[in-house]
Amino acid sequence: MAASCWPASGFYREKKRNCSARTAIFDGGMMKNKEGEVANRPDNTAFTQQRLPAWQPMLSAGIVIPGFLVIGLVFIGIGVALFLGSQSIQVLESDYTGLNSNTPCYECSDASKKNCTCSIEFTLTKQFDGPVFLYYGLSNFFQNHRKYGVSRDYYQLSGDTAYFKNPSDSCSPYIYDSGVPIVPCGAAANSMFNDSFRLYQLVGGTKKPVPLDGKGISWWTDYNIVFRNPPLVNGSLAAAFNGTAKPVNWAKPAYELDTSDPSNNGFMNEDFLVWMRRAALPDFRKLYRRITQGDYAAGLPVGNYSLEISYNYPVIGFGGRKKIVLSNVSWMGGKNMFLGVAYLVIGSLCIVMSLVMLIVYAKYKFPEGDS
Amino acid sequence: GEKMWTNPLALFRRKERESEDTVRTVVSNLLYEHLKKKEQPNRQYKGNAVKTTKYTPWSFLIVNLWEQFHRVANIYFLGIVILNFIPVMNAFHPGVAIIPLCVILALTAIKDAWEDIRRFQTDRKLNNLPCLIYSRKTKSFEEKHWKDLHVGDFVKVLSNEVIPADILLLHTSDPNGVCHIETANLDGETNLKQRKVVPGFFNPVRNMAVHRHIFVCEKPNSDLNHFKGYIEKDDQNKTGFGVESLLLRGSTARNTDESAGIVVYAGHETKSMLNNSGPRYKRSKLERMMNSDVILCVLLLFGLCLVGAIGHSIWLETFQSIPQYFIPDNNGQYTSSILAGFYMFFTMIILLQVLIPISLYVSIELVKMGQVFFITQDIDLYDEKQDTRIQCRSFNITEDLGQIQYVFSDKTGTLTENKMVFRRCSVRGTEFSHAENGQECVCIHQTERCSVISSSVRRCAMPSAHSLPCRWLTDIWTRRGALNRDVAPDQKLQQVLRGASLAEDESGYYLDFFLALAICNTVVVSKAPAHRRKVSVLAVLVQHHRGRVRDTGNGRKLRSLKKYVGEDMTNICTDQGVVTPNPGQTQKTQLGCLVHYESQSPDEAALVHAAKAYGFTLAERTPDQVAVRLPSGQMLSFQVLDILAFDAKRKRMSVLVRHPHSREIVMYTKGADSAIMDLLEQPLLEKQVKCNTQQQLDQYARDGLRTLCFAKRVFTYAGEYEDWSKKRQEAISAIDQREQLLMDTTVFLETKFTLLGATGIEDRLQENVPETIQALREAGIQVWVLTGDKPETAVNIAYSCKLLDHRDLLFTLNAHNKAMCNSTLNNHLEEVKRYGPPERSEEIGLVIDGRTLGLVMDEDLRSKFVELCKHCRSVLCCRVTPLQKSEVVKLVRDKLGVMTLSIGDGANDVNMIRAADVGVGISGQEGMQAVMASDFAISRFKHLSKLLLVHGHWCYNRLSNMIVYFFYKNLAYVNLLFCYQFFCGFSGTAMIDHWIMIFFNLFFTSAPPIMFGIMDKTLSAETLLCMPVLYKSGQHSEGYKRRTFWIAMLDAFYQSLVCFFIPYWTYQGSDIDIFTFGTPINTASFFTITLHLAIEIQSWTVVHWVIMLGSVLVYFIMTLVFSALCVSCNPPANPYWIMQQQMNDPVFYLVCILTVAVALLPRYIVHALRGTNAESLHLWARKVDRLAPPERQQWIREWKSLWHPSVSGQTGRPTPPLSSDPISLEPDSPFSDRRL
Repeated sequence: MAASCWPASGFYREKKRNCSARTAIFDGGMMKNKEGEVANRPDNTAFTQQRLPAWQPMLSAGIVIPGFLVIGLVFIGIGVALFLGSQSIQVLESDYTGLNSNTPCYECSDASKKNCTCSIEFTLTKQFDGPVFLYYGLSNFFQNHRKYGVSRDYYQLSGDTAYFKNPSDSCSPYIYDSGVPIVPCGAAANSMFNDSFRLYQLVGGTKKPVPLDGKGISWWTDYNIVFRNPPLVNGSLAAAFNGTAKPVNWAKPAYELDTSDPSNNGFMNEDFLVWMRRAALPDFRKLYRRITQGDYAAGLPVGNYSLEISYNYPVIGFGGRKKIVLSNVSWMGGKNMFLGVAYLVIGSLCIVMSLVMLIVYAKYKFPEGDS
Repeated sequence: GEKMWTNPLALFRRKERESEDTVRTVVSNLLYEHLKKKEQPNRQYKGNAVKTTKYTPWSFLIVNLWEQFHRVANIYFLGIVILNFIPVMNAFHPGVAIIPLCVILALTAIKDAWEDIRRFQTDRKLNNLPCLIYSRKTKSFEEKHWKDLHVGDFVKVLSNEVIPADILLLHTSDPNGVCHIETANLDGETNLKQRKVVPGFFNPVRNMAVHRHIFVCEKPNSDLNHFKGYIEKDDQNKTGFGVESLLLRGSTARNTDESAGIVVYAGHETKSMLNNSGPRYKRSKLERMMNSDVILCVLLLFGLCLVGAIGHSIWLETFQSIPQYFIPDNNGQYTSSILAGFYMFFTMIILLQVLIPISLYVSIELVKMGQVFFITQDIDLYDEKQDTRIQCRSFNITEDLGQIQYVFSDKTGTLTENKMVFRRCSVRGTEFSHAENGQECVCIHQTERCSVISSSVRRCAMPSAHSLPCRWLTDIWTRRGALNRDVAPDQKLQQVLRGASLAEDESGYYLDFFLALAICNTVVVSKAPAHRRKVSVLAVLVQHHRGRVRDTGNGRKLRSLKKYVGEDMTNICTDQGVVTPNPGQTQKTQLGCLVHYESQSPDEAALVHAAKAYGFTLAERTPDQVAVRLPSGQMLSFQVLDILAFDAKRKRMSVLVRHPHSREIVMYTKGADSAIMDLLEQPLLEKQVKCNTQQQLDQYARDGLRTLCFAKRVFTYAGEYEDWSKKRQEAISAIDQREQLLMDTTVFLETKFTLLGATGIEDRLQENVPETIQALREAGIQVWVLTGDKPETAVNIAYSCKLLDHRDLLFTLNAHNKAMCNSTLNNHLEEVKRYGPPERSEEIGLVIDGRTLGLVMDEDLRSKFVELCKHCRSVLCCRVTPLQKSEVVKLVRDKLGVMTLSIGDGANDVNMIRAADVGVGISGQEGMQAVMASDFAISRFKHLSKLLLVHGHWCYNRLSNMIVYFFYKNLAYVNLLFCYQFFCGFSGTAMIDHWIMIFFNLFFTSAPPIMFGIMDKTLSAETLLCMPVLYKSGQHSEGYKRRTFWIAMLDAFYQSLVCFFIPYWTYQGSDIDIFTFGTPINTASFFTITLHLAIEIQSWTVVHWVIMLGSVLVYFIMTLVFSALCVSCNPPANPYWIMQQQMNDPVFYLVCILTVAVALLPRYIVHALRGTNAESLHLWARKVDRLAPPERQQWIREWKSLWHPSVSGQTGRPTPPLSSDPISLEPDSPFSDRRL
């Protein structure tokens, strides 16, 4: 019985319109007054009356089954691709901290030893496809410590010489070395990783050096925009750094970081740039070199190799570890099984859910198809 | 205090000061016009300029900030900012932390400034209104502005002008020394009030200019009805005066060409300004619940920070030697791990501050503004007759409308029209049914419902009006609702009248009866008022009174006032066209056009108009005289000796007049039957008359009419009146117990009546009242009616508006003393309990009268009464005082802990409206007082159903969903940062750039929830109105419970874990840097939070799409732009080019997609499962809502016939098996039933 239900609001409105139309006919001369009378009437628009046409999605088993199915299949597809991609990546990792006496760098792990070198030898039984990337890795090193991260002077690093004389307070306490301002100041620069590596292929008893390419290992923006050397004084970078001290822990001043390549010095040293980009997690690796040249452009062939390490950086004191990583990359970056597996798991879960939903749907079916 | 006792001099001085403090002395400024301002005698009193603004342009910043920092939220922010400036504790760059505070302060300041500017504008308008001030120099009244007025000035007010200050009336143009004012702006009473000149001032202007009179009166106070003082003339004579000589600022002078007086209070010290309290602040139930959850958030924050602090200490302890990444302080010293942990606690508070949803408070204000906008825009809540929309006077309790459990309603003017129509009468026991009136009523009902009326039907309304002009007049006139003037005379009665003479026989009673109708009242006869200046002045004044209440409808008000004025005019002129029974009487018609009745009560007006319809036209009334034109055209002028005014105790009023022909002194009395029937002179002789009349009165009451008895008394001995008059004079001049003496003399005179007759006046139900009450009841709302009327009338109205059903069991509580009351209560309780638990007893009603209510309110009976009321479907409280009304509301609200709503239209409902959680005023016949006290003002009772069932439901659901979402959103985001602490040594590092974090809350995720809170629509208005049961979810706070809160928090926790750990495991051990790691987390979190809302949004309109897609766009554009522009603008962080870098990396997208999918999967599945079996009524309704209208109707009908057979018209007494859990109202949906 329709009377039991209130008239819909639209119905109401129509009636009201009729009514005012009627009075207008009767009114004649009083039209003007009438207009004033309904001045308060709200606008009858879909927006103000909250009647905008709306899509009212209603999740139910029937609707979500195809969704789950499609998502499941797509995810499994992505998962398989990621999994295979990750499978094809070769990784060679070696810890060279030298904690145990039987490890090659055990002797160097004594912090009191200076200029210590050690070497790790390894054998490739399978071609290591290029381009091969050489990383060094640190663990338990908190580059993401808040105060450590703040401890640098961006203006100084962007080559602003005003900050060479008065580095920012954020560098404290690594600002002055016996009264002379430190450039680059701060803990971040001071703690720069200073082990260096050389890779040789052992061919018939001789060491054949594998050329390591240090160009382009840092971020393009860091190298080209964010970090700038101070303007050269008399064509000399060293002169530009005049009146500054090197960071306490550094063996050499910033303008002598790379003696082989004068352009790779100061703040534009790519190793420095890589270090200054703070790692997100306490166990991280950083790109050291790429193997892209000469005989090894296509990768490392099968054979014996020796990695010579000049061991300088102390980590044992704080329970850290150092490692060296050889890896090639695919479109998805380095080796990472997690993403592929996760996609596969979630994809399968979606398929299972679609089956569950099918059962649910069969049980409580809402006869929407009928209407 | 001690000193006072020891030193008598101090006591004396104190007393002196006190007397100085309690009175104000004013002298006329005329004598001192030549003096400088500083030497003016009245200089210490405030001027008439008003200033309601809070700020001045130069003090704005400081004062506003000072005010803003009184809020806890801002202090919290400030504390965080300060913490951030302490180097050992800071988490962000100090400058960055100020931004949220600045944004919130700035937004609030802009809002405050805007409001203040509006106040300033209305002040300025008001202060510049013109007024006439007497100047001794020019010896005339000069036109100046209101602001130039001072205490002691002599002011003239013309007719229809608004009175500029509180003025002591000294002169009027009226020969009787009276003046009328209308106080609608102050107390909402539209009737005219008479004010008298202070005696002894014949030519006040000259008098004042020569003599030095001292006016002594009270200090300014807010009591509108009380004022006293005296004039000390220079001959040491004292003349007293009272409130009857005070013209109040804001009221309007009427019917008096000019009146003049001296200003005693000006500006802010006037009574109307002192009465002008600021806006009301109410906190809604939802907000109260929310605040307790905010406290939980605070605890949670402390917990997280504690974990961070302890974690940091422990982490520091794990190192044997100091690693390179530990930073010593400036002296190269390392802080101890305990101290570092202590500092870290505060750093964590700064980092995780977002957990306290400060932005929620700002958002709630915005959302409520939006909700109020949509409520006021609703065309269904617009009343065409009055041209008023709904007014939302409280901005912050819209969601309370969705949680109402008890409605307390006034009867007269709320359920009924309060347009009194003379319906039937009985003279000396003979009934005249006025059948024609009833016929017409049907017709007008139809007109009002705007259905198409054929002219033939229309003719029945106006038997004499056949011509076209008449018809359109009728048309306008019925729509304007001036029904009380329309009485179609009863044929039989007219015949009797024609045969009657003034002789003292049985037919003389008929004349007496009509004379009593015409003169036994306080109706003022006024000439057609001129409307000069009224419109603009009134409008500004009203605007001013509203300005402080944050009303947005000033412009509207002005228009409606114009309308009101216009209506007055037409009413007067339509008067004759319609009422005059015989169109031939042109003479009379013209006169009729000039006569306009203004009365204190609509009943009196109805009676006067009824008398007029029979030819007894009240033509003039002065304090001493009342003139009535008889049907023969003869004018009869009575000398009025005294008027014994109506009071609630006697329940009657009398007029003492001297008959012009017989010179007899006659007293006409009207009043309640109980107040007259027992005082008849010859009970034995008149037994038959009395008996018949009583029967007829009972019948009237049963028909829902308001009854009045009329009687007269003739003083046969000449001395009888004179003796009494002396006593009366003594009583008036008595000092002690004046009230009691006056009452005694009054009661002494009012005996030995001769019964004249009785009248039945109809107060018609407003349209759709039964339907509205039915709907409210279905919605689980208990409706109580609190009325001052007698039980019979109230019960009848209750039946006719479906508040009671004839099948209902009706209990009556009527006791004379407490013991009896107690036993009745016990009996009723026992009986009621046999009907089962309170939820089941659907058909029990209770009627209680005011006296019993007073007994029941006693501490020891209260709980029993409340217990009984819980069992009753409806309760009627009759004969209750305004105070009792509010007591009942408070009792129910506090004892049962329920949400209450009071609705009323008159001044007597103000207490009740204030006492309830939500007060609704009906703007209508009885002026503005109820509206002024209310939170929402509607024009018809029927609007209540849409206001509650639709807007209440919407607002509640929207806001509760939004609040839950805000809690969720904040925790989901903050927990990401907290998770990261486990991987950065609890050092307070954020892996997301600080600016991006601020943008996240400010721009990326703020608009969608606000839009959600304003615009989301769970169900259509039609479905909500058709299925009032849906309202119950709000009553049980389904939208926002502690459980909802915790579920949201758990979900937030889960989602943030997913958002953190999927990227974490993906990038674990790689060479990723800190902000590159944060970007996918932030992006995934943004999409999770936004899509979470998308799952919750129930209807997607264009606005939803625009805002949702807009925020996604804004996210990408702003992040990209920011990462492209900010090379090193934010030193600790370096977001440069990171977003661009990430967006070139396919892994970024893969991580985000996986994260969002995993995070939302549980919620999605739960929604899908819930939507599938749709076990809750709400979801079922949603499904139905999506169908096409006809189909929807069919489903709802089917549903109703299944669960509410009584609604669909079946008889019998089925009790639907309503379980206490509202969610599982439907064990199975009818859909599955149909399938079977």
